[in-house]
Amino acid sequence: MPIQYYIILSLALFCIGIVGVLVRRNAIIIFMCIELMLNAVNLLLVAFSKMQYNTAVIANKATTVGAEGQLFVFFIMVVAAAEVSVGLAIIVMMFRNTHSIDVNFLNRLKN
Amino acid sequence: MEIMKTLLAFIVLWPLVGFLVNGLGRNYFSKKRIAFYASEQIFASFIASIIVFILIKNNGAQGDITYFNFIHIGKLIIPFAFKIDQLSAIFLLIITGIGFLIHVYSAAYMQQEEQAHYGRYFSYLNLFIFSMLLLVLGANYVIMFIGWEGVGLCSYLLIGFWFKNDNYNYAAKKAFIMNRIGDLGFLLAIFWMIAKLGTANYSDVFSNVSQLSTTDITAITILLFIGAMGKSAQIPLYTWLPDAMAGPTPVSALIHAATMVTAGIYMVARSNVLYSLSEVAQNLVAITGLVTALFAATIAIKQNDIKKVLAYSTVSQLGYMFLGLGVGAYTGAVFHVMTHAFFKALLFLGAGSVIHAMHHEQDIRKMGGLKKYLPITHITFLIGCIAISGIPPFSGFFSKDEILAAAYAHNPVYWGIGVATAGLTAFYMFRLYATTFLGSFRGTPEQAHHLHESPSAMTIPLIILAILSVVGGLVGVPESLGGHHALHQFLSPVLLTEVKYETTHSTEYMLMGLSVAIAATAIVIAIVTYSKKPQISNSTGVGKLLENKWYIDELYDAIIVKPLGSLASFLKNVIEKSGIDAAVNGVGKLVNYSSRQLRLLQNGQVGGYILLMVLGMIVIVLIWVNDGYIYRFLMNLFFAK
Repeated sequence: MPIQYYIILSLALFCIGIVGVLVRRNAIIIFMCIELMLNAVNLLLVAFSKMQYNTAVIANKATTVGAEGQLFVFFIMVVAAAEVSVGLAIIVMMFRNTHSIDVNFLNRLKN
Repeated sequence: MEIMKTLLAFIVLWPLVGFLVNGLGRNYFSKKRIAFYASEQIFASFIASIIVFILIKNNGAQGDITYFNFIHIGKLIIPFAFKIDQLSAIFLLIITGIGFLIHVYSAAYMQQEEQAHYGRYFSYLNLFIFSMLLLVLGANYVIMFIGWEGVGLCSYLLIGFWFKNDNYNYAAKKAFIMNRIGDLGFLLAIFWMIAKLGTANYSDVFSNVSQLSTTDITAITILLFIGAMGKSAQIPLYTWLPDAMAGPTPVSALIHAATMVTAGIYMVARSNVLYSLSEVAQNLVAITGLVTALFAATIAIKQNDIKKVLAYSTVSQLGYMFLGLGVGAYTGAVFHVMTHAFFKALLFLGAGSVIHAMHHEQDIRKMGGLKKYLPITHITFLIGCIAISGIPPFSGFFSKDEILAAAYAHNPVYWGIGVATAGLTAFYMFRLYATTFLGSFRGTPEQAHHLHESPSAMTIPLIILAILSVVGGLVGVPESLGGHHALHQFLSPVLLTEVKYETTHSTEYMLMGLSVAIAATAIVIAIVTYSKKPQISNSTGVGKLLENKWYIDELYDAIIVKPLGSLASFLKNVIEKSGIDAAVNGVGKLVNYSSRQLRLLQNGQVGGYILLMVLGMIVIVLIWVNDGYIYRFLMNLFFAK
């Protein structure tokens, strides 16, 4: 499959994520949108590393080119999982305090 | 040469040391010690000046004596150098000699001052002598200018010596500002000289004078003369001198009669090489001097303050000296400086003695009949009056006659006005004398009870000055009277461009006879008129005009001070408030306003912040993606090479 397909899919996911973050006010939805953006990038990383491997393997059967991209994705997923646990905890605390998960409710940064 | 170098350094430094010691120690030393120390410093300078004078008289003048380079910028070198020749030697003697007498006199006159003020007074006097010596000894116009400013400063400090009186402070400020106007001219002349010749040394300027165009010479000499006008109180910058009488009387005698005000004469005489090349400047000098002489004499007739009369008389006599300079009789002018220093210092000190006896009463209408109370003051004052009136063989006769003879040869009209002024001089001086010393006493009984002759510290300087006023003229007896004019021969190496007028002896006799006759008539009229019936009431008509000094102060106030004042208030109220202040406040307001608008962005809505962040990222990406085009465009825009 040509690489462009992956890029376009990834871009679409990323933009959906951004727009979601910008327009939605529900903290959990925003959180999900952030995950969407993260995974759009992951998809791109995997796609490019596979593409590089495919090019390099023609010359050398035993090549490891592109392995770093795959590895990075795992790291990102781990970090994201940690982040999710922290973020969800924050949202829970927020709900306990304000009985709402509307982010516009949190405007104490003003002034 | 080495001896001369050391001597001159000491002559100048002694008064400076006196200034520092008395100025810093005024709270610690007793009055006696302050007065003794200050006078002794000047006396030492006087003795050294006599030695210098004898050396110059025997060996002639030598070149400049350089101590160090005062200014050295590129090709311009202004050395701190002294020039000692016949002219400066005479001025040295006048300054230190009369300065010493006045120090001695002041010791008694200022006795009632508090100790700290007493010390302050003598330190100022010493500083004045120091500056004046610098003025006459400098070998270039810059050093002269330092002294010139120094004497102006001391004049300011001493006029305002009794600074608790506001009027005295105003008088001091007036003197300083009037002098500054003249100083500007002097300064411009120095700059002009340096720009054209690259030097301000007398010897270099005078020997390279051929490189200057006529316009340059005329401009330089007129600018120099403007400086002289301010310092020597000539029209139109003379009004400060009568007001300067606010200072203590010995100060008036030393600064405003004998020495500082003659600095202008010294400067023009020193620059005689330049002046002789510019007819315009010479005529300006002569006419200014003549007009001032007559004008001030008319005012002096109607003044009732003993010191004001003498002040206007000084202005008038300075006018005489400038007349002499203008017609090329440089020796006559310097001669008159010398004799004037004797008799005018004498008159001022005599007036000081009268004021001392009258407990600081200066109005002559309240005096009268002081002859029997103050015998020594009376005799010496009378000698001063005769000397200034030009009666032979007193000193004033010879110097005045020399100027008048030169004026006659130059232009008989000048002579006519000069003789008329001489008549007026004799008249107002003897009006002053008769009103003060003759007739009966008109003061309060209390004042009459306290009338006393001054202590010997005051009368001895009077007697010495009286003797000098009598015999001082003998150094310049003209050939027609069997003399050989020693002063003329002495000064001839310096005053190179002296104009020699050929007049027959019979003409000279006629001129002398006429001026003496006019002066004698004026004296008789004055004594007859004022000894019996002194004018007590205010005058009317022309007399009132004269009494109010031709309303010159009011005129200056109306045409210069008031417009300047309104210009200043216009600048303050309009230009500053709505121009400068508005611009400064506008910047502040702009920042304030724009930040208030920008503050609205910080609304606390996280979504808003993220939106801005995303927009920012989009902009950055766009800049990169465009193959760096926008980036390079912006870089070129801001950091174009």
